[in-house]
Amino acid sequence: MSNPYIPNTEEDRRAMLATIGVGAAGELFADIPSQHRNPALNLPPPLSEPELRRELSQMAAGNRPAGEMPCFLGAGAYRHFIPSVVNHIISRGEFATAYTPYQPEISQGTLQTIFEFQSLVCELTGMDVSNASMYDGASALTEACLMAAAVTGRGRVALLSTIHPHYEAVLRTYAAGRKLAVDVMEPRDVALSAEHACLAVQQPDFFGYLEDVTALAEKARAAGARYIVAADPISLGLFRPPGEYGADVVVAEGQSLGIPLSFGGPYLGIFAAREKYVRQMPGRIVGRTTDSEGRAGYVLTLQTREQHIRRERATSNICSNEQLVALAATVYLCALGRQGLRRVAELCYHKAHYAAEAIAALPGYSLPLEGTFFKEFVVRCPRPPEETNAALLERGIIGGLDLSDRIEKGMLLCVTEMNSRQEIDGLVTALKEVGS
Amino acid sequence: MSGPQRPSMGARLSFDLSRPGRIATTLPQCDVPSAELPPPDLLREELNLPELSQPDLIRYFTNLSHLNFSVDGGFYPLGSCTMKYNPKVHEELARLPGFAQLHPLQPAETAQGALALMYELQRSLAEITGMDTVSLTPAAGAHGELTSILTVKAYLEYKGESRHKVLVPDSAHGTNPATTALSGFSCLPVASDAQGNTDLGALAAVLDEDVAAMMLTLPNTLGLFDQNILRIAEMVHEKGALLYCDGANLNALLGQVKLGDLGFDVLQMNLHKTFSTPHGGGGPGAGPVAVKAHLAPFLPSPQVGREPDGRYAFQTPEHSIGRMVPFHGNFGIMVRAYAYIRSLGAEGLREVSENAVINANYLLACLRDAYHLPYDRRCLHEVVFSGSRQRAKGVHTYDVAKRLMDYGFHPPTVYFPLIVDEALMIEPTETESKETLDAFCEAMLAIAREAEEEPELLRGAPHNAPLRRLDEATAARRPVLRWRKENR
Repeated sequence: MSNPYIPNTEEDRRAMLATIGVGAAGELFADIPSQHRNPALNLPPPLSEPELRRELSQMAAGNRPAGEMPCFLGAGAYRHFIPSVVNHIISRGEFATAYTPYQPEISQGTLQTIFEFQSLVCELTGMDVSNASMYDGASALTEACLMAAAVTGRGRVALLSTIHPHYEAVLRTYAAGRKLAVDVMEPRDVALSAEHACLAVQQPDFFGYLEDVTALAEKARAAGARYIVAADPISLGLFRPPGEYGADVVVAEGQSLGIPLSFGGPYLGIFAAREKYVRQMPGRIVGRTTDSEGRAGYVLTLQTREQHIRRERATSNICSNEQLVALAATVYLCALGRQGLRRVAELCYHKAHYAAEAIAALPGYSLPLEGTFFKEFVVRCPRPPEETNAALLERGIIGGLDLSDRIEKGMLLCVTEMNSRQEIDGLVTALKEVGS
Repeated sequence: MSGPQRPSMGARLSFDLSRPGRIATTLPQCDVPSAELPPPDLLREELNLPELSQPDLIRYFTNLSHLNFSVDGGFYPLGSCTMKYNPKVHEELARLPGFAQLHPLQPAETAQGALALMYELQRSLAEITGMDTVSLTPAAGAHGELTSILTVKAYLEYKGESRHKVLVPDSAHGTNPATTALSGFSCLPVASDAQGNTDLGALAAVLDEDVAAMMLTLPNTLGLFDQNILRIAEMVHEKGALLYCDGANLNALLGQVKLGDLGFDVLQMNLHKTFSTPHGGGGPGAGPVAVKAHLAPFLPSPQVGREPDGRYAFQTPEHSIGRMVPFHGNFGIMVRAYAYIRSLGAEGLREVSENAVINANYLLACLRDAYHLPYDRRCLHEVVFSGSRQRAKGVHTYDVAKRLMDYGFHPPTVYFPLIVDEALMIEPTETESKETLDAFCEAMLAIAREAEEEPELLRGAPHNAPLRRLDEATAARRPVLRWRKENR
């Protein structure tokens, strides 16, 4: 049967080969060493569209997704409400099947939505400039640390121990390439030297609690280190933006802003900074200009920072962004707007506190950490978290992240606006049964 | 015409359309007792996000979409980007709740279907490339390059070798030099010869015991298969260095040759090019890395493997370089790529490369009399012309590109590769019909005539696009990078 994605018919191919001046298509591959030509590919036989649907639907059915049962798992990937308009817009072929807007005259749709995204990110974080996005929160944090090292000429990066461990892991992978030293510090025990390019903190931290970001900003400033804040963008609907407490760079995982969990990706790296860093920032940036008739329009700009021009002296090797995902976040923020984002943040806050209070009141359970939390908090379980989670799963509930390697019998729970009171009460009841 | 429409809304932003009190969705009432909010000094006072009703929001973004050229709308022969058609069924499959609503940290027992898909995709990509082990974690092509070179670095360090140079031919992809710098290597260029192959003399001159790896793009950015490939692999390996393939152009080779058979130790491929996941206006993509067995212990974490009882599980390679991403990579892109491989099978993939190469050579044959062909050889998936002949009339490649928009086509990649003066890099892909290619050639030939007879027409182009030429110099000199209330 013919391939639906290849329009050439046998007749077309014959005519084209004649124009090219060869007798058979194989001649076009004559530069490939003949002993290696036409290898057998051991792949399963092709599937028709209905067969493909059946096979992949079966694979999808082999999962028990967080969306189909009460889920209290967060830790860097969150189940939030996604308005229908988001998927509607990003499904449009005009957005989904375009590429990097190298030709601005016929790419204003993409360019203007990037400018929107940059503007929304600046408003949300309280920063001056934003790029068009990075791969994910971890790569954004890593690039921020690399930028700080480049800007200061210093060879050590400091980060708090309360940053997501996977973010630290990504930073360490990159740091090994650049030969940067990574110093992990306890929040109460930050000691920076003149060798530290930056201090990186996460707000709320990996455990869900607010750091003393103002005092930490002062420590960074006193040492001449850049202050990098990894923020939860939903929390910024409620809490002070990092731009108000001295951040030089704000990074974030934007997945919460209208992007499905999708087993870990594609996600969205947000990167915003003070204006003075704009020419050292990694990634694409869109600027406003005019066309030859004076009409407003948008272009990729400040490209002399980028790898295709600066080559080995570029600020980063990134040559794309997560544009369709950034568009999803753009539509999400426009759909919720000023009132909606605050509302989502408040719902998370109230529900998480309702859950925490009820769990803390259960015999054997406690909240081992003190302070203000947003939508995540740590519970100490009477039984090992692994057993507790297994018992919850038997009851059709996805529990929290097992933190027992960090906090004795600790479990990181997440509650968002997607968790109804009924689900939370069900979790509390189940924990009570499991714990006794 | 198939191209984008003129703007109907000017360049007004959502902020300009905002009116207090509007919202485009609804949210539930709080069904639990309210907790006391933190003290005001922790809370924000102002949140200046736009407020739009749902119809206004949909119209705003729909009208913006009309300003875009896209593969769904027309021919997009952007060289080196493989702008092929993206099957629509894949979009539905990636959005199945069993995939889209799966949390990355769920217990493996609740994600066996997703892990099976990743495992099978690893296996399929290893088979297609002739390599032993595949890592799916890199989020993009450049990220895969970086992963590859960091893997090489870890391997050499494990062997106790401190090599500090990486060779990059002048016909390689532009990200390669930045990748070497990010990996802590110094980058040495290697010249191409008159046929567009790596110059073996130039290679011999720089190849020594300090070289960690050579990064070769195959086919290279001239769209040519390096005829010296087997000799290059021998020379590189003789000095104890590794050979890396930038596999961004794999669309030319599917089923024709396995890169692993040619002597490559490591390569990256781009699922958003060869395996037909949508480019999304510039991402998200995915850039899996494939290696020979000796490099497998150094790949990033996690890999998908099978436990003795047959269950799928995430595993960390013994000497892993660590994490490149916070979770497991761009799973949504993997679903689409896997669906593509399953729909086509071995023979279908071979037809892809064959038709992509026929289409590119057809364009070469049809346009070679009108545009200078700097490397006069049969090409693979793309052909690189030069606009140098048109320069006599004061017309540049830039002008040819802009004029193509008036004919309803997206321009090719221009001014790349750097080794071709006034480069016009055209990649038609296999998903274009002969009729489309003929129409494109007619436009290119008409533009060549216009360059002779009416060069002003080109220098002022585009005339029919949503906007005329944009002032990029002012944009860079006085950057306006965000909306501000005072600039309305």
